[in-house]
Formats: sequence, C-alpha cells, structure tokens
Amino acid sequence: MGNVLTIVLQRLAFGLITLLIVSMVIFIAVNLLPGDFAELILGQGATPEAVASIRHDLGLDQSLVTRYFGWLGGMLTGNLGTSFAQLNFQTNLGGGGGVTVAEQIAPRFANTMFLASVTAMIAVPIAVTLGILAALYRNTVFDRATNILTLSSISSPEFFMAYILILFLSVLNPILPSLSNIYDGMAFGERLEKTLLPALTLTLVVTAHMMRMTRAAIINLLASPYIEMARLKGMSPMRVIVKHALPNALAPIINVIALNLAYLVTGVVVVEVVFVYPGIGQLFVDSVKIRDIPVVQACCLIFAAAYILLNLTADILSTLSNPRLRHPK
Amino acid sequence: MSAVFNIALGIALIAALAWVFRLAGQKVTGNAPRFRDMPFGVAFGYILGALVLVWLIWAFVQSRSADLVTANKFFFLGLAIKGFLLFAAAAWVFRLLGRHIGTAGTRKLFRTIPLTAAFGILVIIVYAILAIFANVIAPHGQDEILQGVAANIIPGSDPDFPLGTDQIGRDILSRLIYGAQNTVGIAFATTLLAFFIGGSLGFLAAVVGGWTDQILSRGVDVLMAIPSLIFALLLMTIASVWSSRLGIPLTVFMVLIIAVIDSTRVFRLARAVGQNIVVMDYIEAAKLRGEGMWYLVFKEILPNATAPLLAEFGLRFCFVFLTIAALSFLGVGIQPPLADWGTMVRDLAAFISYAQFAPLVATLPLLAAGAIALLTVAVNFVVDWMLQKSSGLKE
Repeated sequence: MGNVLTIVLQRLAFGLITLLIVSMVIFIAVNLLPGDFAELILGQGATPEAVASIRHDLGLDQSLVTRYFGWLGGMLTGNLGTSFAQLNFQTNLGGGGGVTVAEQIAPRFANTMFLASVTAMIAVPIAVTLGILAALYRNTVFDRATNILTLSSISSPEFFMAYILILFLSVLNPILPSLSNIYDGMAFGERLEKTLLPALTLTLVVTAHMMRMTRAAIINLLASPYIEMARLKGMSPMRVIVKHALPNALAPIINVIALNLAYLVTGVVVVEVVFVYPGIGQLFVDSVKIRDIPVVQACCLIFAAAYILLNLTADILSTLSNPRLRHPK
Repeated sequence: MSAVFNIALGIALIAALAWVFRLAGQKVTGNAPRFRDMPFGVAFGYILGALVLVWLIWAFVQSRSADLVTANKFFFLGLAIKGFLLFAAAAWVFRLLGRHIGTAGTRKLFRTIPLTAAFGILVIIVYAILAIFANVIAPHGQDEILQGVAANIIPGSDPDFPLGTDQIGRDILSRLIYGAQNTVGIAFATTLLAFFIGGSLGFLAAVVGGWTDQILSRGVDVLMAIPSLIFALLLMTIASVWSSRLGIPLTVFMVLIIAVIDSTRVFRLARAVGQNIVVMDYIEAAKLRGEGMWYLVFKEILPNATAPLLAEFGLRFCFVFLTIAALSFLGVGIQPPLADWGTMVRDLAAFISYAQFAPLVATLPLLAAGAIALLTVAVNFVVDWMLQKSSGLKE
C-alpha cells in the first residue's frame, strides 16, 4: 500500500508545482502588456497625476516579484481583485470599491459546474454503453455507422452542433428553449430544462471521443489469452466483455472520462456563448473583448486549475485501478 | 413525463418486433444458422435500423409535400438526405474514376480505398481549388458593397445573388467562397508554422539531448498544462492591445499565437519519433562522417519521420482550423472586412429562428458552419484511413 501512497503523493506534488508555474506564466503573459493597467484604465485622456495615483492604488509601483506574490496570495485567499469595468462604473457613480472579481465569478462558476455535471451524467453512461456495443459488434454495419457518426461529431465545431440542435429541437419542434437565461432562485426542474440544450451539445462532442476510446480499449484486450479461454469455455460474447474485458479496460476508460471532462472545461466557452448561458466561459469571453485584465487573469487561472486537477485525477485513478500496484507481491 | 413514457413504449415495441422478426426468420428459413444463432441485440438493431430508414424516407416525402407548413418543417431533413446521397454518389464516381485514370500507383491506391476516404480526398481537392482560385470563381469581391443593390436580399429571390446579400449589401456567395481562401489559407499557414517550430525544436531535442532536451521538454509541459483555447484567448487579449499600439493586424498575432501553442503538440511527436531514429546505425555513421546538426536533422531524420508527421499534419490542421473558427466565432479571430466562416456564422446566426417560414434564410448560418465541419470531417476521414493503412490494423 505504501507504494501506491508514494505514487499518489508524487503526482499531487507534481500537480501543485505545475499549477504554480502555470500561474507564473499567466502573470508574466499579462505583464507583457504595453504600458500598464493604469494607462489602460484611463485610456486616451490620462494625466500623469491620475496615472500615478491609480498605479499606487493598484500597487503597480512595486516590483514584479512582490506583485506576483501579492496576486498569488490574493488568489489563494479568494481575493481576486476588482474588475476594470465594474471599477469605472462604480467610481463614476461616486461609490467605493465596486464589485470584486470573486463576487462576479462565484455564481457563474457554480452555473458552469452545473452544466458540466449535467453533461457528464448524460454523456458517460451513453459513451460507455455505446463503446461496449461497438466492441461487441465490431466490423458490422452498426460499428461502421457509429464510426462515421462519431468521427463526424468529433471533427465538427461545437457551434455547428449547437445550431443544428437549436434548429431541430427549439425552432422546428419547440421542445427546449434555445436561450439559457438562468438566474438565482430558479426551481431545479426549470433550471434543468434550460440547461438541457447546451448540455446535449456538449454531450454530442464529448461522447464521440469517449466512445471511440472505450471501444479501442476493449478491442485491445480481446486478443489476450484469458479472453480466448473464456470464449472457448462457451461464455456468451456479452458476458466475456462485461465480466472479463471491462474490469481490465477500466484504467484507460477512467482516464478517457477524466480527460474528456477536462476537455469540457474548454468546450464550455463556445457553447456558453451560443446559448447565452451565464457561466464562467461567457464571462471570460466578454472580459476578453473589453480587455478587463483582472477578470481574464482570474478566469484563465481557474480554467487552468480545473484542467490540471482533472488530469491529475485521471492519473491517480488509473494508478489506483491497476491491481498490480494495489496488491504488490 | 409523457415523453419518457412514449420512449419506453417505443423501445418495448421495437423489442417485441425484434423477437417476432427472429422467430419468423427461424420458421421461414427452416432454422438457418443465420437466424438460429442471432443474438437478441442484433435482431433489435436490425429492427431499429429498418425503422430509422423508413422514417427517413417518410421525412423525405414530407419535405416535398405541397402543404408549405409541413414542407418547411421537413425541409432541413430533406436537404440533409439529399446532400448525403449526393456526396456519397460523388465519392463513388470519384473512386471509380480514380480506379481507371492515372498512373499505376494511384490506380492501385484507389482499388482498396474506403468510400469515406475517397469522399475526404474529393472534398479536400474541391476546397483547395476554391481557395486558390477564389478571385476567379467568386462573382463579386469579398468586401465589395454592391452599388444599387438592396441589402438583405432573401436567398433564392434574385438569380444574380443565389444566396442573397448581407446587412450592408455584400454578396453572400462570394463571401463564402472567399472564406475558403481566408479561413483555410490562414489555418494552413498557421499549421505550417507550428510544424516548422515544433518539428525543428523536437528533432533538435532528440539529437542533442541532455540539458537542451530537459529545458525544452519541461517548457512544453508547462504550456500544455493550460487548455489551448483559454490560453489563446488570454494571449489574444494582450495581442489586441499591442496590435492597436503597433499598427500590425491582429490576424498576424493570431497566426503566431496559435502556431506557438500548437507547436507544443508537434514538438512532443517530433521528439518521440526523432529519439527512435537517433539510435539507428546510419545516424551514428553520419555523426562519424562529421556531418553537422543541420544535415543530421534535415537529411537523415526528417525523411525517415515523414509518415507519422504527415498524419499528424492532417490532425493538427483540423485543430488549428477549429481553433481559428472558434476564435472568429467569439469575435477575436480573423477581423473584418476579411470574409471568414466563423465570423459569418456569428453574424448570420439570428436567421435560424426563421426556419419555420423561410427555411432558405435559415440555411445561411448553417452553410457557413457546415463548410467548416465538412472540411474537418473530410481531413479526419483521410487521416483515419492513412493511420489504419500504416498500422496494418485489420483485426
């Protein structure tokens, strides 16, 4: 057992170091901006005094290293700074502070997690079942048809899938709403209904990939001697796959599921924009357009952290599902 | 709740039909092995497939009905079926031509090619022709605001503008054709750049090894830990400030940014392939001859790594193409007045809501999005076939 623990701890430490370096990369990238935040905020009519005052307020007159650790510390304690857009608006009204980035991100982050989990609930069972079926009936018409369908859905852009679904499920047959205007305090059923169309779009994209990998993982195993043995003793093909092949194919399948959930993190951006879903991806794109640097920086770090975390989980789970590592001789 | 009930009822009905089908097959053929050993799942699949086929034929008939409401409702399904049949027929004819025309080598290639790959090659050729000769093929310029022509002409109403005009009176057909030049051309250039950066650095890491390899590989690890679309969006924000400051078009920055991000994936492959080649005897011989680094990379390693790199080029092109389309769709990619498919989808997307009474108008955004999807699907089909051929997977 100690063996596994060391591996897991090693992976965890490695993930943390990666996250630290990634945060450094993001910080340096943002500091590649010409001029600095103060000039960006004030725009054309900046007087030297105003620039100096804002620079002092934002702590820009300190050294790069001090600012990095200040920013990192803020990130860890949940203080993500103040968004430029909100800052301007609030100061113009004569109010103080303005809405912090954390206040802006928190509800949207919850919405995005909701979308991702609905997608995962639909996609994972379908993908694994279809993958098993395709492996069972490999080289038949069914297998070839699913191969063509999944290859097409992997390679189409997300917004194409989204508009096709809107066309058929929302415009021609008004079953689901095409706009996901979710707000606080909405009933769960209604919320689910409004989330369903974006979730279905993401499902189409993610399922195809998971299914192909599941099929490949199972087919890889079917050549092994113990499968031959099970078949020779007269087991039905379905039982051979479910009882003998599937448990051994679990590691690659878990890996693929986690990797695809990590992919969801990126895919979510485009889909949220199409359906005007109030998630973190929508906020990210809006902030990119108006160059709201603190929000962009924070969203980028959150996306990267989620991505690294899911990859880490994939790594650890596939290690844990390997019986040779769990029961060392 | 009734929807769930209906679905359950449908599944039960198919299951019953499947059981009857298998039983009838056994009785009629006198228990032929084909029906005797048929698992229930297979029978279920046959019935399901047959029902889907019947439904598709019914939908096609509906799309041609005289009643306009019904016809509009099934217009898109009819279009999809027609398109599918047309593409399949074109691919089949293309494969037939390939089997009889050309050198002995290509004829042999076409004899074993699956229909999907033939379709892929055909589509790629058509796109290449459109992209290269866009200036000749397109009836109007891409940013030409036509004088004396109304804006927002509905597709099909004016024979001079088969797809109509957009909100400021530009010909949409011409913009679609120029989109091939801009979107595909920029994606192609970006992929080439990514391959140049990633490939040369990857081979360098493989040949030199040691500290150079360590530094390059760890750097790539860090860059790959950030999801690529997110990183591209972050860098594009910064680039947009720089581009207005320096007066360089944002598109140039986009090409550089995506090339660098995607070169990390190329680097991984090039390094792995290169490391397998570096240990060969002929590399040792070349080193003993006193050949320089440049010779080793380009004359010894590169020719032996073309096959995997070529397949990777196809896949990488798809990723780059989709990333550029997504960025343009989000409004931070290729900038107007250049015609580009991603931007066109975003601009025309609102027309989808007219699908019930003006189906032709609603096809416009789907046409631009479909143009993107068609090319990536085609490239993927070809790459899939190439990989299957090179790995010798018959199974």
